[in-house]
Amino acid sequence: MRAVGKFFTGRRLLIGLPYIWLLVLFLVPFLIVLKISLSEPMVSIPPYGPKLGFADGFGGLWAQLKQFGLENYAFLVDEPLFYRSYLSSVTIAAVATFLTLLIGYPLSYAMARAPRAWRPTLLMLIILPFWTSFLIRVYAWIGILKKEGLLNQFLLWLGVISEPLTVLNTNSAVYIGIVYSYLPFLVLPLYASLERMDESLLEAAADLGCTPIKAFWKVTFPISMPGIVAGCFLVFIPAVGEFVIPDLLGGSETLMIGRTLWVEFFNNRDWPVASAVAVILLLILVVPIVLFQNAQVRAEERSS
Amino acid sequence: MKRASWFNATSLVFGFSFLYLPILLLVIFSFNESRLVTVWGGFSTKWYSEIWKNEGLMNAAWVTLRVGFLSATIATVLGTMAALALVRHKRFTGRTLFSGMIYAPLVMPEVITGLSLLLLFVAIDFARGFWAVTLAHVTFAMCFVAVVVQSRLATFDQSLEEAAGDLGCPPVKTFFLITLPVIAPAIIAGWMLAFTLSLDDLVIASFTTGPGATTLPMKIYSQVRLGVTPEINAICTILVVLVTSGVLIASYFTRQQAKKKQANN
Repeated sequence: MRAVGKFFTGRRLLIGLPYIWLLVLFLVPFLIVLKISLSEPMVSIPPYGPKLGFADGFGGLWAQLKQFGLENYAFLVDEPLFYRSYLSSVTIAAVATFLTLLIGYPLSYAMARAPRAWRPTLLMLIILPFWTSFLIRVYAWIGILKKEGLLNQFLLWLGVISEPLTVLNTNSAVYIGIVYSYLPFLVLPLYASLERMDESLLEAAADLGCTPIKAFWKVTFPISMPGIVAGCFLVFIPAVGEFVIPDLLGGSETLMIGRTLWVEFFNNRDWPVASAVAVILLLILVVPIVLFQNAQVRAEERSS
Repeated sequence: MKRASWFNATSLVFGFSFLYLPILLLVIFSFNESRLVTVWGGFSTKWYSEIWKNEGLMNAAWVTLRVGFLSATIATVLGTMAALALVRHKRFTGRTLFSGMIYAPLVMPEVITGLSLLLLFVAIDFARGFWAVTLAHVTFAMCFVAVVVQSRLATFDQSLEEAAGDLGCPPVKTFFLITLPVIAPAIIAGWMLAFTLSLDDLVIASFTTGPGATTLPMKIYSQVRLGVTPEINAICTILVVLVTSGVLIASYFTRQQAKKKQANN
């Protein structure tokens, strides 16, 4: 404990540097978004006003503050495009998360029950796509799903269909894209919780007369619950604000808020409305994010 | 038991085919002679030579590599510091806010991060471009590094450090002689993660970039919107091969190290 006094300045630097970095480049930007969401769009550079400043002293600052208003938010409420985007983002993300769980659970389960020697390799195979570019993985599906794409060629060749299916630029393609891109996020925590499970519990259940299926629902499933929760949050939260997938795989019917924000910002150049869209999106995501963080903290405490 | 293992084998085959088939098809069709991406016209490597002639693509690749190296390196330093701060100091003013700021960017939609950073750069009159993209990438990548290093530090036996301290080793020296070698694999993994995140990022870079700082994902994105082309397949294949071999080599070394450690014990 002798080193504590000497280490004090080191400690300050250790905590201070990343802290200040995140304050300036993570927290402050949010406050700016909040501020601009209350401003009016203007034809100027940057395209919003009023700009805060002490040019006219405190009186001037107060006058500037009084110009702030909730017009942008009122606009979001009036314009059906926005609330429909929010609603459909949440719905699409929820459905996609459920589909990811349907595919991811058997996969994680099979990995956790595979021979011990295989497991590191299987885990590696799950992590590997995660390192591969997101954009590339989404792009890979375009060639598969489009009208003259590989899926339709294959199905036509099999004789299952006689007319090519339209999959690309529909919500189905968006679901496939989300499930595909976020599958590793769900499998990793789920596999971790299934792998830790003590298999003698299942033997005990069998001894007590449980059928394998009943033992699964009574023992395995509840034990894997923390993994399911963590995995589902890791899929759902980023999926709600997804831009690349709905933009490349979705069609005109696909309303997702990340894309709406993008269009509002880059195409309509309406920075205040884009900021208001971001603020509301964040408010929607605050609940799952806080739940997720609590789950993380609990897991951290359990492991330490 | 028999039925269960059949089910497990099917899940594994189905799951991994789903994960790998699309990438595999992309790689195969990058060697397609025909301009029509989905019709096989014979084997050819001509699209790879086309890439080298494409100056815009090459410039973008160069920008991306520089941003990646710089941002990954800074993010690794800051992220490791943040991990040390979180694991070693259970009590300090604003710790909750700090850990919140570490975890939040992991799940934050990229459009929000991108928009907010852009608005910051505009507000403080910081030129958009190479440096703005680098700073933005450092910010979100350092949180990933922090999480990776933190999990490694959590299992680290602190009595080693205390022993070094009792023997009169100054804290900074202790860190470099004792702590750093133990957490090095996590730091390397963190750097690689930060680098690939930077290499991948389209959304945040699109918001914070300026003239002359087009990154490779932005270039790919703008071409993809016009349609699937064999050139894009080729450049994607190169990226996939690079990243995959990097990860495989790194994991090979970590495994060797783990084996050595086991042999020593």
